[in-house]
Amino acid sequence: MSAAAQPPIALRCANLHRYLGEGEGRVHVLRGVSFEARRGNVTAIVGPSGCGKSTTLYLLGLLDQPDDGSIWISEKLMSNSNDAERTIARCEHIGFVFQFHFLMQEFTALDNVMMPMRKLGRLPEDQMEARARSLLADVGLGDKAHRLTTQLSGGEQQRVAIARALANQPSIILADEPTGNLDVKNSAIIFDLLTKLAKENGQAVVLVTHNPDIANRCDEIKPMRDGEFVS
Amino acid sequence: MLMSLAGIIFGVGFFIVTQAQTSGFEQFFIRTILGTNGAVRIEDKFQQSMFTMVAAGHDAGASKFEVVTDRSARKYIKGVEDPALIMDALRKFKNVSGLSEIVEGGVIADSSFKNEAGRVYGIRLEDHLAVSDLALQIIRGSLEDFRRSQQGLLLGRELADRLQLRVGDSLILQANDERRRYRVSCIYETGVSDIDKLRIYMHLGEARSLLKRTEGASFIQVALFDRDRAPQDAAQMSDVLRHGAQSWQDREKSWLNAFNALQISAALTVSTIILISGLGMFNTLAMLVIEKTKEIAILRSMGYSRRDISQIFLWLGAIVLVIGTLGGWALGLVVTYGVSKWPIHITGIFTAETFQVYWSFTHYVVAAISAAVVVMTAAVIPARRAARLEPGDIIRGTSQ
Repeated sequence: MSAAAQPPIALRCANLHRYLGEGEGRVHVLRGVSFEARRGNVTAIVGPSGCGKSTTLYLLGLLDQPDDGSIWISEKLMSNSNDAERTIARCEHIGFVFQFHFLMQEFTALDNVMMPMRKLGRLPEDQMEARARSLLADVGLGDKAHRLTTQLSGGEQQRVAIARALANQPSIILADEPTGNLDVKNSAIIFDLLTKLAKENGQAVVLVTHNPDIANRCDEIKPMRDGEFVS
Repeated sequence: MLMSLAGIIFGVGFFIVTQAQTSGFEQFFIRTILGTNGAVRIEDKFQQSMFTMVAAGHDAGASKFEVVTDRSARKYIKGVEDPALIMDALRKFKNVSGLSEIVEGGVIADSSFKNEAGRVYGIRLEDHLAVSDLALQIIRGSLEDFRRSQQGLLLGRELADRLQLRVGDSLILQANDERRRYRVSCIYETGVSDIDKLRIYMHLGEARSLLKRTEGASFIQVALFDRDRAPQDAAQMSDVLRHGAQSWQDREKSWLNAFNALQISAALTVSTIILISGLGMFNTLAMLVIEKTKEIAILRSMGYSRRDISQIFLWLGAIVLVIGTLGGWALGLVVTYGVSKWPIHITGIFTAETFQVYWSFTHYVVAAISAAVVVMTAAVIPARRAARLEPGDIIRGTSQ
């Protein structure tokens, strides 16, 4: 594929450094990570526990701030931005899927999917609801929209979390071991769903996984060790 | 959270009830004293025995010197020398609604059963009815009988009981070696024990004759349209008339202070219920922040700002506050009404057959403000703590 035909870069980072802990317990977790994710591509970050995969993901998702280095979201430098700017960027550009679904248990599946849309406030209430129903139908839960999340199985809850991540049509989906808590069958379903919807919508997907089967099905694999990408 | 809500409801409710009661008894006491002794009493004439000349202020048009009188350097002459003149002057005060000239003196009341010391109040009935609630205080007999009979008397209930006198009975009043027979026209009860056991009302002319006081008055009782302006009016009357003038607030200062202290004490005591509920609510919200850190982090990851997060907890506090206040108001309203029907028998400083309550919207507002201060303070700290949480730290902690 020629450079001109390549899809645009949704997310880019250069020379990211991150230290965690205090005093003698301070650890250099990320040692100059550079990376880019293009729209429509699915990238897997793999590596042993504690190598810095999740830390990288949280930095890319603007949930954390690097000690050094730069992050661009849709070519806008975000690593030096303040909390308010990072919050707005998360709302507009980034959808998260975590290992544990992190749904609001007091609310229905429909309410959970509508939550990011309510914050963004781009759609009127009826259109928000229609979009949430459509997303739930896409993940195969159209008939369970009004169930409380506690009345759904683990796989179903993770599917609601995917629908929620897609709610604001973000350009980037960041998934931290999205299948880590599911059986093989459900893992395959969730991965297929995530990649299918992301490719259809032209979203960049960056996922952290320990599962080699999942990683091998991604467009790109970025192995990581001791806070660095290794080839 | 439900216990905190219940605490706020009870706190607000009981705050209203206690304030309604203490204010109710205070207002009832004020009505009683105004209905017996009037709003202002003009008594002893005074002469200024010392004046000081001082340089006047900066007003160019004013005199260069002014006279300053020293209140402690007054010489008092007992009674009102020329009541007609003073009353004419008093009628010029816009706030004055009624005047009653009174001649007062000590007597021995002698019934066939026993004798008792009393104090005669010589009055013009119609004038005195305009400055007191005497007409409402009659419990036996009729004022018409008193109006018609120069020998008629109005006797306080306690005095009548002690002398074992009923309406129509006769008694002898003795003063200055003069003994005269009178007839009980009515028996009244003010509820103020000191009045009901001593005071005997009679016609002014008869009192002058009995007490051998042909001119002047002991004092003038003044009724006002606006009772709250009594201190200012009294001061002005005193300056203008050169007579001592005492407002009801000054006269009953000790009782009013006692009521005020009781009201504050009740408010403080009941406010502790609200305060404890607030502490309970603070605890609950603080625990909620700890329990919901995951949810807070996920909301932050979706793009909810720190302000959004803190508003969730402030809204929780506001909901508790609104429900608690409305519930407390309803409770206060119902209990206050119930208490107002509760039968009791109080005599001494006033007579009451039920608990006295005073319905005031201010009590409801003050209770709501107290609850708002406590509840919102209890909500602000956990809300700020929730807003400060870093989503990355929380998610990292739960996903590894």
